[in-house]
Amino acid sequence: MSETNGQPKRMALIASKGTLDWAYPPFILASTAAAMEMEVGIFFTFYGLTLLKKNIEAKVAPHTNPAMPMKMPFGPQGFQNFEWPMPNLLMGNMPGFETVATSLMKKTFKNKGVATIEELRDICLESDVKMIGCSMTMDVFGFTRDDFIEGIDVGGAATFLEFAAGADIQLFI
Amino acid sequence: MTDYQENSLLDCSGMNCPLPILKTKKAIDGMNSGEILKMISTDPGSINDVNAFTKRTGHELIESIAEDGDYTFFIRKS
Repeated sequence: MSETNGQPKRMALIASKGTLDWAYPPFILASTAAAMEMEVGIFFTFYGLTLLKKNIEAKVAPHTNPAMPMKMPFGPQGFQNFEWPMPNLLMGNMPGFETVATSLMKKTFKNKGVATIEELRDICLESDVKMIGCSMTMDVFGFTRDDFIEGIDVGGAATFLEFAAGADIQLFI
Repeated sequence: MTDYQENSLLDCSGMNCPLPILKTKKAIDGMNSGEILKMISTDPGSINDVNAFTKRTGHELIESIAEDGDYTFFIRKS
């Protein structure tokens, strides 16, 4: 069992980024850890806080990830396997590039049987993952409690640290 | 290969990490202690993942079979 001295294992995550690619690690790890009978808490702070909004509008920003492979999720296999050379200057300056890259990534994930962020977040909620939205970030970015889903806690650094103090795994994402 | 008589069948073909584990957990939750789940996956990572999952949760991995890109697991609920 997932216990040492009767205490379940505990994982504490900080989710600090709000792009689509960085939205995956906290929700994948949290849902899996919960399935492995660990206690899980995630502190959503700065851009990560947007992952708790009712509608997740996360996009990928390819120009900040120059190593991101640019591939097409449709057409013959040889075409799909081709890696498109995209200069960073182009990716950063062409209007709409992020939107196109985001829909291509979502399509690829769907083709490959990867869950959506919304599905993973729902599983986290169902499996009692403690989600803490950073109150300071809400204030700074001008969000209100109504912008966010039900079932989350609102708190600051102390709330997270109290949970993290008893954790076996701590990760900053 | 030994074939076990499963009480439940879960087909995770085409699903990618972490869905096979999440679906396995949900399936096991709906079963009785001692019952056997047969899970089928096409995710090559599931060999290690199912092993880690059962080790952590205390369910018994009776057998895992890898065959032509298909992976079959028999898990007995603790």
